[in-house]
Amino acid sequence: MRAGVLCLQGAFREHCEVFATLGADVVEVRTPKHLTDLDALVLPGGESSTISHLLVTSGLREPLSQAIRNGLPTLGTCAGMIVLANEVLDGRPDQEPLCAIDLTARRNAYGRQVDSFEAPLDVKDLVGESFPGVFIRAPVIERVGPGVEVLAMHDDRAVLAREGNVWVTTFHPELANDPRIHEYFLQEVAA
Amino acid sequence: MSEPRAIGTARVKRGLAEMLRGGVIMDVVTPEQAKVAEDAGATAVMALERVPSDIRRDGGVARMSDPSMIEGIQAAVTIPVMAKCRIGHFAEAQVLESLGVDYVDESEVLTPADEAHHIDKWTFTVPFVCGATNLGEALRRISEGACLIRSKGEAGTGNIVEAVRHLRSILGDIKALTVAPPEEIYRWAKELQAPVDLVAEVAERGELPVPMFCAGGIATPADASLVMQMGAQAVFVGSGIFKSEQPEVMAKAIVEAATHFADPSIIAKVSRGLGAAMPGAEIASLEVRLAERGW
Repeated sequence: MRAGVLCLQGAFREHCEVFATLGADVVEVRTPKHLTDLDALVLPGGESSTISHLLVTSGLREPLSQAIRNGLPTLGTCAGMIVLANEVLDGRPDQEPLCAIDLTARRNAYGRQVDSFEAPLDVKDLVGESFPGVFIRAPVIERVGPGVEVLAMHDDRAVLAREGNVWVTTFHPELANDPRIHEYFLQEVAA
Repeated sequence: MSEPRAIGTARVKRGLAEMLRGGVIMDVVTPEQAKVAEDAGATAVMALERVPSDIRRDGGVARMSDPSMIEGIQAAVTIPVMAKCRIGHFAEAQVLESLGVDYVDESEVLTPADEAHHIDKWTFTVPFVCGATNLGEALRRISEGACLIRSKGEAGTGNIVEAVRHLRSILGDIKALTVAPPEEIYRWAKELQAPVDLVAEVAERGELPVPMFCAGGIATPADASLVMQMGAQAVFVGSGIFKSEQPEVMAKAIVEAATHFADPSIIAKVSRGLGAAMPGAEIASLEVRLAERGW
């Protein structure tokens, strides 16, 4: 299993560490050549405006978009979800999302950093106790399309969802010290 | 009825610092500069009234910025906004928290308010970043609740030499700690003037328990590449952007350099045609050493 992690900016190191503990070969993706022969890809949290900008300057935007369209299993967390969404509210005008999952995301929807929080989450099909959700200047999912499956909710909003090969979370599973969501994603990829 | 949530936890405070890794945090003094920074791909801006090189030139007491100035910058951008308070000035920090700034920098660039004590940062919901010149200073700040450490360098000089010295000191001691036998941890704690449990944690992990960024003297893309190759996880750029000849171009170049810091061909590409970097200063010529502030 070759798991790529987009390493342009943000909390990419934690994703690499979780995949490594799960036995995957981790590929740090910084330029288009790193996209070859991947079995899965993660777009990490960070600043979505910075990551969008660096996707263009690194030449990754088009080949990455194409790979996702061709079925590459992809997980976007927080800023990574904003980059993948069909529609972004309160974003920058030049922030063009990849339109890889049919949902509407609103940036920084809970407020400023003093409103960032942790909350336990019940995730569909996840065995054991609730998952520790870490929400940092998090976006919310305001609308999900008919083809999107919601796997966890908080305060009546989807916080973990998937449509086909594209998975998104509004929280940070990589900061939770709990590999179950990464494991769940990789199991589905292998299946 | 909203579901339970916990705010201001260590994980949430340190988490925002993790999100800023691999990025550039830029000093800005106006909403227009903040927009230039955001357009260039900055991960956050530091709102202040004067950049360090102007504080150095003007002299006098440097204080927290006017709240309306900070609010103007918060309204101008969507990325996190940080602001500085004086060392030990917890009332300024309370004001910044009430304004909703995303990170407070308890900074040696401003004139210290307390000659013996830093702020008890555990009592705040907003996270704090603090400067350090060596491992002991970094661990004292972490023991007071800092969630992000930046090596201090010498702000406002455009001279990277002090940042390099501080990084080598912090990272060199961390490396030495990882091979120290357990009985020596107590002597290390005594010499570093830091809590023994934090010293033991660093020895075990081989890194600080919070992210470490670099500040003070970064003026070119190659400077950013240098400190990130040494081990800094992101960079603060103060006077280096808006005191350069072409701030928009310099800002974009340093953003790319922070991402591709280990790729010399990209550093070369973004270093072309930048115009003049900020005028620098020899450390020996300085009247005030900002990095010496902090205890």
